[in-house]
Amino acid sequence: MFEVVAFYLFAALTIAMFTITVMTSQALYALTAMAAGMIFISAFFFMLGADFLGVVQIIVYTGAVMALYAFGMMFFDTTRTMVEKRENPRTIFILGVLAATLVVFIFISPIISTHLETQYPLEAASGNSQAIGMILFTKFLVPFEVAAVMLLVAMIAGIVLAGKKMDKSLTLMAEEEIALMGANEAKPDSQEGAH
Amino acid sequence: MDLAFIIETVVKIVVILLVFSALAGFGTYFERKILAFMQRRLGPMHVGPYGLLQVAADGIKLFTKEDIIPQNVVKPIFKLAPVITAATAFMAAAAIPFWPEFTVLGYTVHPIVSDINVGILYVMAVMAIGLYGPLLGGMASANKFSLISAARSAAVFISYEVITGLALLAPLMMVGSLSLIDINNYQSAGITHWIAWSQPVAFILFWIAAFAETGRTPFHLVANDHEIIDGFGTEYSGMRWGLFFIGEYANMFFISFVMALIFLGGYGDGSIAGALQLLLKVAFFFFFFLWTRAAWPDVRPDQLMWLCWKVLMPIAVLNVIVTGVVILIQTQGGM
Repeated sequence: MFEVVAFYLFAALTIAMFTITVMTSQALYALTAMAAGMIFISAFFFMLGADFLGVVQIIVYTGAVMALYAFGMMFFDTTRTMVEKRENPRTIFILGVLAATLVVFIFISPIISTHLETQYPLEAASGNSQAIGMILFTKFLVPFEVAAVMLLVAMIAGIVLAGKKMDKSLTLMAEEEIALMGANEAKPDSQEGAH
Repeated sequence: MDLAFIIETVVKIVVILLVFSALAGFGTYFERKILAFMQRRLGPMHVGPYGLLQVAADGIKLFTKEDIIPQNVVKPIFKLAPVITAATAFMAAAAIPFWPEFTVLGYTVHPIVSDINVGILYVMAVMAIGLYGPLLGGMASANKFSLISAARSAAVFISYEVITGLALLAPLMMVGSLSLIDINNYQSAGITHWIAWSQPVAFILFWIAAFAETGRTPFHLVANDHEIIDGFGTEYSGMRWGLFFIGEYANMFFISFVMALIFLGGYGDGSIAGALQLLLKVAFFFFFFLWTRAAWPDVRPDQLMWLCWKVLMPIAVLNVIVTGVVILIQTQGGM
């Protein structure tokens, strides 16, 4: 009984929140609604008994990803409403409906064709975090490591893009070039790229 | 689910809410008194004996003040932000055991709202959401200083969450469970089994990060003192502003409970003496928050970031690696 009530409550809340995110023209509403929607999604994990994933959903999406969005939004005036430029509303509508239908088919097809089965059921005795750890480091080790490498690449790329003078490599330069660069830095008025 | 369970849970929630809202109020009183004594003043003295009723006077003042919503703010978000701060602080309490289980009239009471098996992770997650209070408050305020303050506090929160998580990882590897009750029972054999002795580095790191998570001096960057305004709370008045405070003080109490439970043995074996010890430990941590405020100046934002990413994070990672190696050697030797 409780689970049914909770499911419909959180389903309605989640849909309402993401509807606000999509429909509103006020950036701050969209941000808040999306963060709230992410939290409401975690309720489904809790109802299914996947406590660990539920908490991770809150930490990763609401605590980190949305906070970083908010950080980006600090750079423009969020108290003003955005007026979007829509040149051809019909195209947007058709493309949107098509994309949504496609996503629904992608998610439904394995359920219809093979009748999804739980390959690694959680054992109540061992707890969620242990079970997830075991699966991650045995069955899904390669995707896990690939994801780690991709994150590392993204991090290095971010540092190179944001850092200053990261496009020059001191190890590939001759000694004279480095000395010249140091001399240029010492007097800031001198023209950049004289060497 | 039977009726008794529902009634019990509701009663627990109401008790926790009432006790900790009152404690948050008295927290301000303790803070003013302790700061005053450390600065050779008397602090609040006029309302009631030793100024004890000052809390009630402040409460009446906050409740009866006009609730000002300034022009140009984003109204719903502006109204919502203080509620987020207070609500997330109390939501975190759901997975904290405040007292060992006891029996009243033949009915065993577990003084924890819900013993989920990812307890500490849940507490940290909900405290992390507390970030949205200052963040949305500052962004909705239509005030440049509020916005700057919100950006600062968001940066501090996000950075120090990394430290909290990494510092927690090492003790959790030893215990092998995320439930606060299991962590407490791991140390129930006595003072020599406290995790603070086997994980001193993690303890200190978590303690430092707790100051940042609750936004207390010396990491009180949410309201930068030399701007002479109250950071993200500048545009707030009355009880909305008070809610930010209730959230902050409730957070201080809850993080004190978490620290006492994880590192200082919690309530030990579950006797009354152990439970009183837990309260003493929490009182010490709370006092330490106030003591630091009296003794230390704020650090600059860039120093804070330097401390987080260049000092604390490498130490935390090293601590995790060393713990892992030691556990590996121990289990190998045991086999």
